Amino acid sequence: MDGELASGVLRTMWRIRHFEERVAQLKRSLVVHGLIHLSIGGEGVAAAVCGQLRDDDAVYSGHRAHGHAIAKGAPVDRLMAELMGRDAGVCRGLGGSMHLVDTEHGFMGATGVVGGNLPLALGSALAGRLRGGDAVSAVFFGDGAVQAGHFNETVNLAALWRLPLIFVCENNGMAEFTSREEHSNVELVSDVVAPYGFERRTVDGSDVPAVHAAFGEFLEAARGGHGPFLLECLTYRRRGHYEGDQQKYRDPAAEVQWRERDPLARLRGRAISEGWIDEASATSTEQEAAEEIEAAVHFARESPYPEPAVTNGLVYAT
Amino acid sequence: MSEATFVEAVNRTLARAMREDDRVIVLGEDVAEGGPYLVTAGLAEEFGRERVRNTPISEGAVCGVAVGAAQSGLRPVIEIMFIDFITLALDQLVNQAAKAHFMSGGQLSVPLVLRTQGGAGQRNGAQHSQSLEAWLAHVPGLKVVMPSGASEAAGLLQSAIADPNPVVFVENKSLYFRREAMPEVVEPIPLGEARTVRPGRDVTIVALSRMVGDALEAAERLAAEDGVEAEVIDPRTLVPLDLETLSESVRRTGRAVLAHEAVAAGGFGAELAAQLQAAAFDYLEAPIQRVGAPYTPVPVSPPLEDAYRPGSDEIVAAARVAMRWGERDEEPWVKGALTTS
Repeated sequence: MDGELASGVLRTMWRIRHFEERVAQLKRSLVVHGLIHLSIGGEGVAAAVCGQLRDDDAVYSGHRAHGHAIAKGAPVDRLMAELMGRDAGVCRGLGGSMHLVDTEHGFMGATGVVGGNLPLALGSALAGRLRGGDAVSAVFFGDGAVQAGHFNETVNLAALWRLPLIFVCENNGMAEFTSREEHSNVELVSDVVAPYGFERRTVDGSDVPAVHAAFGEFLEAARGGHGPFLLECLTYRRRGHYEGDQQKYRDPAAEVQWRERDPLARLRGRAISEGWIDEASATSTEQEAAEEIEAAVHFARESPYPEPAVTNGLVYAT
Repeated sequence: MSEATFVEAVNRTLARAMREDDRVIVLGEDVAEGGPYLVTAGLAEEFGRERVRNTPISEGAVCGVAVGAAQSGLRPVIEIMFIDFITLALDQLVNQAAKAHFMSGGQLSVPLVLRTQGGAGQRNGAQHSQSLEAWLAHVPGLKVVMPSGASEAAGLLQSAIADPNPVVFVENKSLYFRREAMPEVVEPIPLGEARTVRPGRDVTIVALSRMVGDALEAAERLAAEDGVEAEVIDPRTLVPLDLETLSESVRRTGRAVLAHEAVAAGGFGAELAAQLQAAAFDYLEAPIQRVGAPYTPVPVSPPLEDAYRPGSDEIVAAARVAMRWGERDEEPWVKGALTTS
C-alpha cells in the first residue's frame, strides 16, 4: 500500500465504523428500525474490495450490508435516512437495513434471505458478458450461506459458464448464533469449492493489505473476462448476529481476539509504522469520518417519513 | 390465416422476440435441446448457446440468475419445466423478483418472464400435474398470465416479454398440441384485458386456461339442453385482473360460475368470488358457484385422474345450480367441490 491508498481505505473503514456505532445507539433509542446486523470487525473487507471497483461493477450483499454499501459509494446520509425509514432514504424508506440498494453506484442490492443474493450476482455477470465491456460482479456472503442450496447451485453455474464473478466470503465462523463447527465439517469455504477448479484463496480478513492484494489479483483477471473466483476472508464478528442478540454463545476470550483482530486498529498501526501515513493525518481522517456521520444522522432525522401513497406506485414498474 | 399448435405459437413468439430484441435470452433445463414439449426447439440453432442456455437442474439459481440479469438490463425468459418445480424457485421469485422494484424505491426493475406449464390429465402423478397459480397471484409484484389457446398465448407472451415486471406465464400441457387457426402475425394482447369468448344473457362463466374450452362446451350444452345462454369470459391474466369486464357481465346476468383446474379450496376462484360479490352483490340471483379440483393430490390411476379433473360436466352442473337457485332446495355446488371428490 502507499499513503494515498492506505488513507483512502482507512477513511472508508472509519466511515463504516462510525456509521455502525451510531446505528447501534440509534437502534437502542428506536430511531433506527427493524433487524440491524452490524459488520464491526469486517470493515476492512468491504473497504479493500469495494474500493477497487467502479460504479459500473455490480455488488450484491446480504443482511450485513451497511459496510458494503458505504464502501461502494452509497451516500451515508441517505443510507442513514433509509435505516430510519425516511423519504430521503436510498430506497425511499421501503427497503431498510437488509435491503439497501443504490444503483447509481452499482450497489445492486442487499438481501435478507441468506444466500439469495448469490444467483443474482451471477445474473448480473451474465448480463455483463452479453453486453460486452469489462465490468465485473462481486457478491458478499457469510460462511452461513455456504450451506444454503443457492450456494452450490450458483457456484456450479458460475464455474460452468466461466463468468467474471468474484465470490467474497466473509467467514466469521458464525452462522447466526451457531458456530461453523456445528454447521459443517468443512472448515474453510475455499475448500468447499475446490472440486470446481476455479481460483480460490483464503486470507486473514483483518489483514487489510492482504485482502486488498488478493482481491486486486482476482479483479484484474476478471476484467480480462476470466472467472469465477472465490476470496475467503476470515473475519471476526464483533457484535451479535443482530442488535439485541443476547450472545450467550459468546466466548469470554472474545475481547482478546478482538484486540488482535480489529482491522481498523491493525491497519492504522501498520500504516503509521510503514510510513504510509503519519499519526496526525490518521487522526484527522477519523475525525472527518465521525463528523460526516454526525451530519448524516442530522440529515436523516430532518427527513420526513414517506407519504403512505408512495407504496401504491411502486408495486409494479411502468 | 394458417394453423398452429400452442407449442408452435409460443415457439414462434419466442423466436420473434429474440430476433427483434437482443436483450431477450432463454434459460432453462434442456431449452437448447427444445425441452420435453419442444417449445424452445430451434432457438439455440438460430440464436446460439450464449442466448439460449441449457442449465443444470437448479431451479432456484436459474430463477435468481434471471432476476440478476433482468436487473442489469437483459430480458430473460426462463422455463421451469413443470410448475410443480416452481417450489424450488419461489425464494427467488417471491423474495427477490417480486419485491425488488418496491424495496429499492423504484431503482430496480425485473423484466423477466417465467414460463412454466401445469395441469393434470397425462397420468403424471401428483408432482407433475398441479395448478399452483393462486400462490403466485397472492404475491404483490408478480403478474400472472394463463393463456387459453395458441393465438392467445402468442399475443400475451409478447406483452409479457415487453413488460418491465416479473411475469409468470402459466401454460397448460393439455393445450400444447391442439391445433387452431392463427394469423401469421399475432398482435400483442395487453395484460389485464379479459376476453368475452361467448356472449350470453343468463349466467356468466369465468374460466381459466384449459377450462375456457370446457366452458364453451358447457355453454353449448346449456343452450341445447336447458335453453340457457351462458356468457363465457377468459380473464387471460389473474394479475392484473380485469374486474370491470367480469363484474359488468355478472351484474347483467345475475349469476356466476368460476371454473379452474386448480384445487377449489384456496384457489383463485375464491378471490374472484369475493371480488365479484363485492362488485355485484345487489345483482346476484344466486350464490357464486365455484368449479375446481377436489382437495386431494392428483392421482395417477386413469379413472381416478379423469374423475379428479374438472371439466365441462362440472361447469354444466354448477351453472344449473345457479340457474335453479330458489326454485328448490339445492345444495350449492361449492360444498361438494370442497369436501369430497
